[in-house]
Amino acid sequence: MLTLLGVAAVVVGFAVRLNPLLVVVGAAFITGLAAGKSPLEVLDAFGHAFNENRFVSAAYLVLPVIGVVERAGLQEQARTLITRFRGVSVGPLLIAYLAFRQLTSALGLTSIAGQAQSIRPIVAPMAEGAVEARRGPLDPATRQRVRAFAAATDNIGLFFGEDIFVAIGSILLMVGFLAASGITMDPIHLSLWAIPTAVAAFAIHAVRLVLFDRRHGRGDAP
Amino acid sequence: MIKLGVVYGLAGLVFAAFAVLSALDRANRKRFGNAAFWGLVSLSFLAGDRLGDRGNGVLVLGLALIAGFGLLGRGAPPTTSPDERRALAQRFGLKLFAPALTLPVVVALGVLVLKPLHFGGTPLFDPKQATLISLALAAVIATGVGLVLLRQPAMSPLQEGRRLMDTVGWAALLPQMLAALGAVFALAGVGDTIGRLVTEWIPMDARITAVAVYCLGMAGFTVIMGNAFAAFPVLTAGIGFPILIRQFGGDPAVVASIGMLSGFCGTLMTPLAANFNLVPATLLELPDRYAVIKAQIPTALPLLAANVVLMYVLAFR
Repeated sequence: MLTLLGVAAVVVGFAVRLNPLLVVVGAAFITGLAAGKSPLEVLDAFGHAFNENRFVSAAYLVLPVIGVVERAGLQEQARTLITRFRGVSVGPLLIAYLAFRQLTSALGLTSIAGQAQSIRPIVAPMAEGAVEARRGPLDPATRQRVRAFAAATDNIGLFFGEDIFVAIGSILLMVGFLAASGITMDPIHLSLWAIPTAVAAFAIHAVRLVLFDRRHGRGDAP
Repeated sequence: MIKLGVVYGLAGLVFAAFAVLSALDRANRKRFGNAAFWGLVSLSFLAGDRLGDRGNGVLVLGLALIAGFGLLGRGAPPTTSPDERRALAQRFGLKLFAPALTLPVVVALGVLVLKPLHFGGTPLFDPKQATLISLALAAVIATGVGLVLLRQPAMSPLQEGRRLMDTVGWAALLPQMLAALGAVFALAGVGDTIGRLVTEWIPMDARITAVAVYCLGMAGFTVIMGNAFAAFPVLTAGIGFPILIRQFGGDPAVVASIGMLSGFCGTLMTPLAANFNLVPATLLELPDRYAVIKAQIPTALPLLAANVVLMYVLAFR
């Protein structure tokens, strides 16, 4: 029971907005000590796991090229490109991106798009441009809302597309777990049963994007 | 065979360059904080396997202390002004998209074409890490395309990369730290404790209650742990397997699949899934750290309800 103190530390630390890196290290020590480990044992375990998970941070290798194209004006280009297509408002734009992200993820191509390589340089500026083309310059609150929606659309497309691909980590985890419980499962069945939720995710988020479009995308301009 | 070590070596060199350029950046009042932070990240990539567990533990403490005491500033490498960018955008036109589109094309080629390649019985890429290796390869090629096609200065990838890295700041290391915290949680048996609490205190005599507890539990547990992978074994061993599959005869494929996706609804709502929820907020320079989560919750909650209904209908046909 005492080990749950670490979970409580994370919840409280994030809620009062302490620096999350300190919160995480603190929670690791609280959890480890509550489980009867010595401080050095916790330090070793935490250090080991940190080193084993370096692949998580290796994805920042895409930042240099994104910076280069931003320096050369990609965000501005994405913004003006979308204003040339007067018919495209922010809702349909993000719905199309959602469909693209779900379909490509379902084919296993989860890394061809993402927050750093697609949303920041291209999709978010396009979404902003689509709103600006109809409403004129954006106030900061609306701009932030549009950007947050673009980021959310990428996550939702990824999460509810990738599980349709048979060789993704979560499917392999499920197959392994079921095998350990004595159930032999062909991964294809797990992928197929991810489709109903994927359809529901598309429908729900698309409806929200249509509503978002009505509120922000249309406005006074013709 | 190309392994992850090559990617780590490249990442280590890039972060080392960020550290050196940070140290030289007189425009940043906290330049030595940045240099130390990115320098430690570089050390982790280049020499992590030789530091030993305790060495890595001390390295992590260093990162957390630099971030926690606010020693990290934001560098200001020389870059183009908004007006210059508008002019450049007009000059280059659609060419500007070429480097950004090179990324997905090379990743797709790597995953679909290079990954299956074998030479004398050994695969070209380490099959478990093919996606990340492809992504690193794509980053290198796309940078080359950008430099040549858009005639950018040779130092611009490192300086612009540093600008973006400083925009993300300490949040960049949060996903990896949280993964390590997950390992400590597992060591201490946090998951099993919560799993026991849930199964002991909530009666699950009715099928619909059991389905709801399993799906909502997957989401809630993922919110706490930051990762549906951590929640799945606990909740499935506690509820999904013994109650939904064994007792009520549910289809294991439906229970497991929709259970995992209920966990993903939780991922949309938690700051602990930092790489999906907090890092994008910094990348998009949103003042509210939780802005992306707030945009996702109204999709996540109805979808979670939809999952309960779908599992109830589909698992017990």
